[in-house]
Amino acid sequence: MKAKIIKKKDILDRLINGYEVFAPVERDGLILFETIGSGSEALLGYQSSKMPPKGILFPQSETLFSYSSTKDTANIGVPPGLEKPRLIFGIRPCDAMSFRLLDKVFDGECKDPYYINRRATTVVVSVGCTTSRASCFCTAVGGGPFSAEGSDLLLIDIGDEYVVQIVSDKGARLLEERGFEDAGEDKLALVPEVIKAAEASMEPGVEIYGLKEKLDNRFDDPIWQQLTEKCLGCGVCTYLCPTCYCFDIVDEVVGSGGERIRIWDSCQFPLFTLQASGVNPRPTVRERFRQRIMHKFSYFVDVYDQIGCVGCGRCVTECPVNLDIRQVLNSIAQLEVVK
Amino acid sequence: MRIEKVVVETDDRDIKTFSLSFVNKEDEANFNYIPGQFAELSVFGKGEAPFGMASSPTQLECLEFTVSKVGVVTTALHNMQVGGMVGIRGPLGNGYPLEALKGKNIVMIGGGFGFSTLRALTNFVLDETNRHSFGDITIIYGARRPGLLLYKDDLEKWRNEADLHLHLTVDYGDEEWTGRVGFVPQITREVAPSSENAYALICGPPAMIKFTLPVVNELGFPLERTLLSLEMKMKCGIGMCGRCNIGSKYVCRDGPVFSCTEILGFISEQL
Repeated sequence: MKAKIIKKKDILDRLINGYEVFAPVERDGLILFETIGSGSEALLGYQSSKMPPKGILFPQSETLFSYSSTKDTANIGVPPGLEKPRLIFGIRPCDAMSFRLLDKVFDGECKDPYYINRRATTVVVSVGCTTSRASCFCTAVGGGPFSAEGSDLLLIDIGDEYVVQIVSDKGARLLEERGFEDAGEDKLALVPEVIKAAEASMEPGVEIYGLKEKLDNRFDDPIWQQLTEKCLGCGVCTYLCPTCYCFDIVDEVVGSGGERIRIWDSCQFPLFTLQASGVNPRPTVRERFRQRIMHKFSYFVDVYDQIGCVGCGRCVTECPVNLDIRQVLNSIAQLEVVK
Repeated sequence: MRIEKVVVETDDRDIKTFSLSFVNKEDEANFNYIPGQFAELSVFGKGEAPFGMASSPTQLECLEFTVSKVGVVTTALHNMQVGGMVGIRGPLGNGYPLEALKGKNIVMIGGGFGFSTLRALTNFVLDETNRHSFGDITIIYGARRPGLLLYKDDLEKWRNEADLHLHLTVDYGDEEWTGRVGFVPQITREVAPSSENAYALICGPPAMIKFTLPVVNELGFPLERTLLSLEMKMKCGIGMCGRCNIGSKYVCRDGPVFSCTEILGFISEQL
């Protein structure tokens, strides 16, 4: 492992210069990722942020272009790029992993320049989880409390210091530039224990292996009715999901011109698929809930060869009717494979 | 693009066909499409909506889009006049599989407003450079009443074409109507087009598709030669925004034309 070492209290002050830094902060009792002016504002010992950090790369609302038009002409204006490179400090490995999944969507066959430009100018510094919440299930979906996927640097808490694992060239360059010291053998020797203890404390409560095969050919299964009976269709599971990326595109008129805006949307809302003709292929909670589960655990696997869930557990903790996705998945896992 | 011509297609004036020309000639040169593909039209201040190209790429003058007045963008389009400007993004989607259709007889079954891209394909096949590459064409096309049949000039022209069998039907006729009366599935059964060396192409409202599929199956069209051109709510048109998928396929990116084998198991949402 290529690694550096840094005192916890010093790290942000060493990294902050030259970057717009997003870090976990407490605002009105909620833990959120926001820009900070000094290292002391950041909350180092948090467990999970209320909102996922996906909005830093894929904002809840963003202008795609502006226009002004007269009867004969139309002028298109593209919004300016970022003024400063960005650094996301202290995100959890599950949320960092979500960037990998968003990369597949926005930087795949079709390129989304808005996302790609932000991603390219953003350094991701994640912090491994020494403790987990009862709702965490990253280890069941291919992640882990110290997974480095999606990060440029991974911080490993060994007490007063972080061992800084170098994950990407972008991360290596930053540490080189900021003069971080190499981690000695004695410090590195502590790492395996920390990781082992964290992994051992995880109780994901769900088994994903073989789930895709169970979901195949169950589109019309009556089980969807049972599983979704208590769902209110509020959509909080999708808005707070770090991997959900569905969006809407709307025009807003500004003076004689206007803006075309992209905003988050949710497959849990009836208007999402309602056609102007009045036809709605997903008219009830049953179809919409099925869409959410199938998209993450079957369709995403078909298209990108990976599960579209990172096990952060936000949908578990925030659901107003305690509809736990793990129980849903376990119910499906108990079914036979349909040929 | 500039609106060059507006044709009111139906007696209720709710469906119009817009002929559009590119303002920028470079854009025109880059816009290569095949029948069955669609594009997103923009009305600034109102938004964007997807429409199948109703014209054939063999007609070079203009792109044509048939627009039913049902929502915000379509109403705004309907209020526009010749000379008005709209934006375009496309061509999008896969279109009809022209290579697979070569040498085959083509049975087109269309209902209502869903007929627009079948019209594009018909005009494409009828073009003298293409006609020899395809077999016979059978068209079964229905509307609720005679006044709602689209493309009346084309229909008139097609009656005189050799190797084109045109069967028009309406749900209920009027005093002047001398053609067939009945729903599309029933008329399909009566016409009973041969499935030998043929593809069935179906585009229309969900209920029409639902009841036509078993008929086409009875006539001996295998699933892989039964093609559906489907409609879903779309926004991005490039397989990202998440709303138009049927299983793991996106209607906007992998469709809108699917063979029944591709979407088997997920079709219940569509019908």
